[in-house]
Amino acid sequence: MRSNLFVILFALFALQGCATQPLRGTGDLGVVVERDSGKLQIVDTTARTILGEISGLGDLSHATVVFSRDQRYAYVFGRDGGLTKVDILRRRIVKRVLQSGNSIGGAISQDGRLIAAANYTPGGVKFFRSDTLAQVADIPAIGADGKRSKVVGLVSAPGDRFVFSLYNAGEIWTADMKAPAHPVIHKFTGVGKEPYDGIITPDGRYYLAGLFGEDGMALLDLWHLPNGVKRILNGYGKGSRRLPVYKMPHLEGWGFYKHYAFVPAVGHHEVLVIDTDTWRQAGVIPTYGQPVFVVGQPYSRHIWVDFAFPDNGAIQVIDAPTRRVIRTLKPGKGVLFLEFTPRGENVWVSARDSNKLVVYDTATFRRVTELPSHKPSGIFFTPRAYKLGW
Amino acid sequence: MPPKKITTGLMVLMLSATLPLAHGAPAQIITSPPPARRAVLIDMVREDCGSCHGSRLTGGLGPALTPQALKGKNPISLKDTILFGRPNTPMPPWNPFMSNAEAAWIVNRLMKGFPHAQ
Repeated sequence: MRSNLFVILFALFALQGCATQPLRGTGDLGVVVERDSGKLQIVDTTARTILGEISGLGDLSHATVVFSRDQRYAYVFGRDGGLTKVDILRRRIVKRVLQSGNSIGGAISQDGRLIAAANYTPGGVKFFRSDTLAQVADIPAIGADGKRSKVVGLVSAPGDRFVFSLYNAGEIWTADMKAPAHPVIHKFTGVGKEPYDGIITPDGRYYLAGLFGEDGMALLDLWHLPNGVKRILNGYGKGSRRLPVYKMPHLEGWGFYKHYAFVPAVGHHEVLVIDTDTWRQAGVIPTYGQPVFVVGQPYSRHIWVDFAFPDNGAIQVIDAPTRRVIRTLKPGKGVLFLEFTPRGENVWVSARDSNKLVVYDTATFRRVTELPSHKPSGIFFTPRAYKLGW
Repeated sequence: MPPKKITTGLMVLMLSATLPLAHGAPAQIITSPPPARRAVLIDMVREDCGSCHGSRLTGGLGPALTPQALKGKNPISLKDTILFGRPNTPMPPWNPFMSNAEAAWIVNRLMKGFPHAQ
């Protein structure tokens, strides 16, 4: 009898040991895409460590990630059309669907209920319930030319809307998804040649698409849809030769300072300054290479820039008020991505060809730590859950 | 007979024009770059070309570069596309970063199934 009690007690302790994980939040966690091995690293931005790894996510070249509004789940969009829901706390895949043949990214709705995936093949946007990943809607991107187009620059917008661009057709569409079974779509045709990415301004009012096929951008005022799409920055590169572009710039996470936006110039070693009151060019900042990401450091006057091949071994820091480059840092080879901690005291940088992540103190520009990572590309921290657009 | 090392693009072009056709496409003499350089080229294709064509080369904003997708295409024009880019598309010229012979080797390997990084 007595020995039985010991056995039971022992079994109870053993069980508890297995089941109990220390309680913790997810607000200081994030994921890093290891694109060649189809893995995600789970990282802790407080301890600045790698907590673990999740594998089996398929082709993660150009993968992007959005977060559930409780910051527990990451939705990973892979190149192979895979959409994977990952539990960051338990570090495992909850659900995975192959939703297309070739995907470029996605977004989560304002209310967090819908996941939208932008696809190249077949060109269009598909919508899924964020809890079950059951598909609820499919919008094929058939342009005015009657052909299917690759979709780029998908963002979530206020009012459970999504906005995206048709790369081949040169169009911008908005989809109101309040009733997912009956999307209300507005199409804007002839916006310019080869929109390559899009962004929504932090006030949720404007959608901008960068144009690769011509110098300029397409601007849509989401408060006044009937006004249509306006062309801005026409011919900004005029007079200077456009260089070959070895990596498409991104528009996500522009730098903003006062009413100025800082954006990558296509085919030039420059960051453009745009006055968002007039949507005219207000300045040009010469940089080390062709910018890919131009990202504002939270609660700071600084804007950080990384560059396209072959200048992808450096990042630069721009002082927004004086519009001058104040620092050039060399984190490693093949720098792909920058992600700030939510209040901006650190920035994490992925150096793909050096197989590492470099964490900087943004006040001193000193390296705080380096962490091993196999061919890292995107770095995504959970506070993205509260930013509209992604 | 070991393959002769071709050093100039002109020679490769001249040879390809004169050699008999194999499988309906002009033949080229392909030399494999030394191992260290080969590794650099493999990385460049998978990572940098991969940013538009996908690191598995299954396509993205740019078209797929798998053996299936390239089947029946002219290797010389593929090589020229790599070296000089393609006007009115985002494809840039890669000739600042590789030689003619290296581009020919890349095309040859793409058409057979491109190797993975070591």
